[in-house]
Amino acid sequence: MSVLETRLGQVGLPNPIMTAAGCGGAGRELGRFFDVAKLGAVVTPSIMSEARAGRPAPRLAETPSGVLNATGLQGPGIGTFLSRDLPWLNEQGARTIVSIAGNSVREYAEVAGRLADAPGVTAVEINTSCPNVEDRGLMFAAHPSAAAEVVRAVRAHTRRGVPVLAKLSADVTDVVGVAMACVDAGADGLSMINALHGMAIDTATLRPRLAGVTGGLSGPAIRPVAVRCVYQVHAALPEVPIIGMGGVRTGLDALELLLAGASAVAVGTVNFHDPSACVRILRELDGALRERGIGRLSDIVGLAHKPAGTLIRRIDPNVGVDEPIEQETLQ
Amino acid sequence: MSGADAPVQVPGTVLTMRRTGAYHTMTLVAPGVAERFRPGQFVALAVGGEQTGMLMRRCFSVREVTSDYGGTIEVVFAVRGKGTEWLAALRPRDILDVAGPLGRPFPLPRDPVTCVLIGEAHGSAPLFPLATVLRQRECPLHFVLGGADSDHVYGARGARRAGDSVSVATEDGSLGDRGHVTGLLPGVVEDVEAAVVYACGPLETLRAVTRTAAEYGIPAQVAVEEPMPCGTGVCMACVLPVVGDDGSTHMLRSCVDGPVFRGERVRWDDIGTIPFDALGAPRAVRLGERP
Repeated sequence: MSVLETRLGQVGLPNPIMTAAGCGGAGRELGRFFDVAKLGAVVTPSIMSEARAGRPAPRLAETPSGVLNATGLQGPGIGTFLSRDLPWLNEQGARTIVSIAGNSVREYAEVAGRLADAPGVTAVEINTSCPNVEDRGLMFAAHPSAAAEVVRAVRAHTRRGVPVLAKLSADVTDVVGVAMACVDAGADGLSMINALHGMAIDTATLRPRLAGVTGGLSGPAIRPVAVRCVYQVHAALPEVPIIGMGGVRTGLDALELLLAGASAVAVGTVNFHDPSACVRILRELDGALRERGIGRLSDIVGLAHKPAGTLIRRIDPNVGVDEPIEQETLQ
Repeated sequence: MSGADAPVQVPGTVLTMRRTGAYHTMTLVAPGVAERFRPGQFVALAVGGEQTGMLMRRCFSVREVTSDYGGTIEVVFAVRGKGTEWLAALRPRDILDVAGPLGRPFPLPRDPVTCVLIGEAHGSAPLFPLATVLRQRECPLHFVLGGADSDHVYGARGARRAGDSVSVATEDGSLGDRGHVTGLLPGVVEDVEAAVVYACGPLETLRAVTRTAAEYGIPAQVAVEEPMPCGTGVCMACVLPVVGDDGSTHMLRSCVDGPVFRGERVRWDDIGTIPFDALGAPRAVRLGERP
C-alpha cells in the first residue's frame, strides 16, 4: 500500500480523496454504496443560516462531458444540519469538511460561529461563489477584497486548529490574486475550482434549458481549467495546501491535479454518474502511484512544476502492482 | 452503510432486448437488484459506455424481476434522446452499469381491498410487479390503461392476465374508448367500489388521478416520472413541492423521497416553481430592510 496520507494545514487525512461540496449529498446518500469513513473527508453541501428551497426545476442540463446546474443551494440550514446530518457523519467515523455559504459577510460569520461549538468538524470550506447582496449581487470570489473579507470573518469565528479553506471560482481575471488575498486574510488552504458559469438553450423549445437561465458547468469538460488554476496558484503559493477539483473521473485525473499542486482531490459531478466513484478513484490512484513507484503521496504534490527527470525514474506499467518500490532519490 | 434494503451497483448484462409496441423492453441480469426490489422502485442506468460524455443516469421503473441467472430485471423505455438511443442499440451480452433498486416503493394495503391500477403509456410498467404483490394479498385488481394510440398502450395483455378487469382508452380511439385514460377512472372507481388507486404516468395524468380519488374519498398512491439525473439523491434536480407530515411544503427529491407519493400531498399546480410558502423559499425583502 502506498502511503496516501496527506495534510491540509494542521489536519492530517488518511487519503486525499473527498466529495466536492454539493455533489455527494450530506453523506447518507453515498453511504448506501460505500463506507464514507473510507474517504479522506466528506465535504458537505454549502450550509447557510436558514433552510433554503433552491431554484425551480429544471435545475440540471446535460452538456458534452459536463452538467450545467442551477440548484440554488437547496439545504436544510445550519440548525438541522447540526442536529441531523453532522451527528450521522460523526457516527460513521467520517471526517467532515463543512462547506458554508451566505448572502452577506455577517451570514458567513454566523454560520461559522455556530459550527465552532459543534464536535466533529475537520475543516470549514468557504463557498465564495455566492452573490453578495450588499454589493449588487456580485460574487465574493470575483474580488480579492470581498473574498478576503469573508475569509477574515470566518477565520475569526472558527476555532484554532480547524483549518479554514477558501473555495475559489475560476471565473475571474486573476485567480492567483484572489488566492493571495484569501491566504493573507487567514485562509489555511484553498479549494479550486467551483463550477464555471455557463448556459444552454434548448433548440426544440427555443428557450434556456435551466429555469435559472444560467448555471454552473461542472464535470470532465472543465478539468483542464481546474488543472491550470491549481498549477498557477501552487506556483505562486507553494506552501498553501490546495484541494483540487473539477471533473475528476478516474485515479489518473486525481493524479493530474496532485501533480499540478493539489494536496487533496475532491470528486464532484462524477458522483451523479457513478455513486461509487470516490472509492473507485481512491483505488485507482493507489494503483497509479504503485505503478509509478511512488511511495509517498506528498512526494508528487506539485511535481509537474519541477524539471523533467526529477524524482521519477521511468514509468513501467508492468511493474509495481505486486510490490511497492522504495522511493529513490533524484536520478 | 449497506443494509439489506440498501441498493447495489453492479455491472448488468443484457439478456434480451425486444420491441413492445412503441417501446423497447430490456431484460438485464443484475445480481442483487432483483432480490432487494419492491414494487414502485426503479433502477438508474449509466449510458454511453465507460468513456461516455453523458454524465446523467437514466432512471427506469422496473417491469418485472425474476430470480433467473442470479436475478434479472426488466425495464421498458421509449427512445427520447441520445441516452435512450444508446440503450435501444444494446444487444444481448452487452454490459452496462446498474444501480438499484432505488426510491420508496408503493405502500401496500393491510387488508385485501379492491385496488385500481392506472397507467398512461409505458408508465404502466411499475403497476405489474405491484399487481403480483397485491394478488398475493388477495386484493381484487382493476387496470385502467391508456396512451396516444394502440401502439402506445403498454401491457394490455399482461393486465388481462393479472387483473379482474381492464379498461383501455386511447386518444385516437384505435384501442378501447376514445379519450384520455383519466376519463375512465371515475366510472371504474364507482363500479368496483375501489378502496385505493395506484397510478403512474405523466404529471398531468397523476394530477387528474389525484383529483378523482379525492372526489371519491380514497387515497391515491402515485409514482412520478420526473427525470432523475443521478437517482441516488445527490444532484438535487428532481425536486417537487410536497406537503410534509408537519403541514409545510418541502422541495422533496423524487428519487429518494419518491418516486411514490400520496397524491394529495403533491402540490400539482405549483410544480416547476418554488411555492412562496415552501420551507426556505426566497423571501421578499423590503427596501431598507437588512437581509
